[in-house]
Amino acid sequence: MAVTITIPTALRQYAAGNATVSLDADNVGALLRGLVEQHPVLGKHLFGDDGRLRSFVNVYVGDEDIRYLQGETTPLKDGETVSIIPAIAGGKQ
Amino acid sequence: MSNVSLSNEEIRRYSRHLIMPEVGMSGQRRLKQGSVLLIGTGGLGSPLALYLAAAGVGHIGLVDFDVVDESNLQRQVVHGTSTVGTLKTASAKARLHDLNPLVEVTTYETQITSANALELLRPYDVIIDGTDNFPTRYLTNDASVMLGKPNVYGSIFRFEGQATVFSPKDGGPCYRCLYPEPPPPGLVPSCAEGGVLGVLPGVIGTIQATEAIKLITGIGEPLIGRLMLYDALAMRFRELKLRRNPACPVCGDHPTVTELIDYDQFCGIVPEVNTLGSQYEITPEQLAALLQSDERPYLLDVRNPYEVEIASIPGTDKVIPVDQLAERLNELDTAVEMVVYCRSGVRSGRAVELLKTAGFRKLKNLVGGILRWSSDVDSSVPRY
Repeated sequence: MAVTITIPTALRQYAAGNATVSLDADNVGALLRGLVEQHPVLGKHLFGDDGRLRSFVNVYVGDEDIRYLQGETTPLKDGETVSIIPAIAGGKQ
Repeated sequence: MSNVSLSNEEIRRYSRHLIMPEVGMSGQRRLKQGSVLLIGTGGLGSPLALYLAAAGVGHIGLVDFDVVDESNLQRQVVHGTSTVGTLKTASAKARLHDLNPLVEVTTYETQITSANALELLRPYDVIIDGTDNFPTRYLTNDASVMLGKPNVYGSIFRFEGQATVFSPKDGGPCYRCLYPEPPPPGLVPSCAEGGVLGVLPGVIGTIQATEAIKLITGIGEPLIGRLMLYDALAMRFRELKLRRNPACPVCGDHPTVTELIDYDQFCGIVPEVNTLGSQYEITPEQLAALLQSDERPYLLDVRNPYEVEIASIPGTDKVIPVDQLAERLNELDTAVEMVVYCRSGVRSGRAVELLKTAGFRKLKNLVGGILRWSSDVDSSVPRY
């Protein structure tokens, strides 16, 4: 099942500059693992030392936060869009 | 509500508002009675201050302790070439007074802290967060929640922006519902490191101004519980759902954070001087002398290639961007005296830490980076 994952600007440098990556995965956890397999440097930006998603990185399936779905076991349908939305702090400088 | 009246002068000035039934006389009177506190008078604060003053928001507060720098003018449109070197609050206040002398502007030349935040926010109806760092984001959030005030949020990076309205008293989430914890320092680049398209804060700041005006006049559908994402390169807006987290430590059903905390500590920020000993530091003058001597050190630049295109220190031996350093240690020699530099000395400080951990000892961080090299040693090197 092909799913498109959007990479935010702040993390694109760790994903060979890609704005989107398409992968086959049945659920969110498998999708993220597949992404990190392709782009290993992304790993430390998405996951903490405990292997859990970092708390300043949110993942959305469509327009819904996976924390309010089934977390990393949230199933994915063909053609779904998954977004990684990290905290950004720019504005003043 | 709205026991204030509008003068003939105000009726002339705001006529394009007044002829819309959604705003009308009552909406304009609400704006006149309304007050907004802008935290930060920079990229986001500039369009915010201009449009809120133009719209006739009766009282605008500006919090900033910074002075206007030439490099601000690419996006901070409330300031001007003539105000470079002056306080941002004073610079903005003068511009706002010219734009609309009928609104009151109060300036606070201070940094918002846990000690003064509640006092600063209390007199205002709407709080707007236009800052560039995580400690202030969490502080502004927590103080707004505790005072029951809406916090109009905006954030930008390079070509991307986010905006929403945090208002738990209206059933919406707060910033901590979205991001319970800040990223550790260094993992997320700031605009000073990553750059920003000058017009981007114009788009996000005007979204924030729109929301503030809607909140004050009570019209339309506020951006509560929705995160607006903007991608300038793709020219695409997207909207994500935000939910209030019942377990949120600040706005949840049983809050555990009920007074303001130490936000630097919360964000893992420790004073720079304690992290790197002075034996690992070198000033630009010292480096210049060494480069002339027989003990010329190996000069490592940890900036990105597109920064190297702007300016370099002559005699640089190698460029390895700090993010690639861990994987490219084999290109460096532990036996050679090495000086590491970047733009301002922050990234090279991180690089020196990493190299220390990897067993390098003959190391020095160039204090103040290429910026201080330009001001102290060689002014022909451009500052950026």
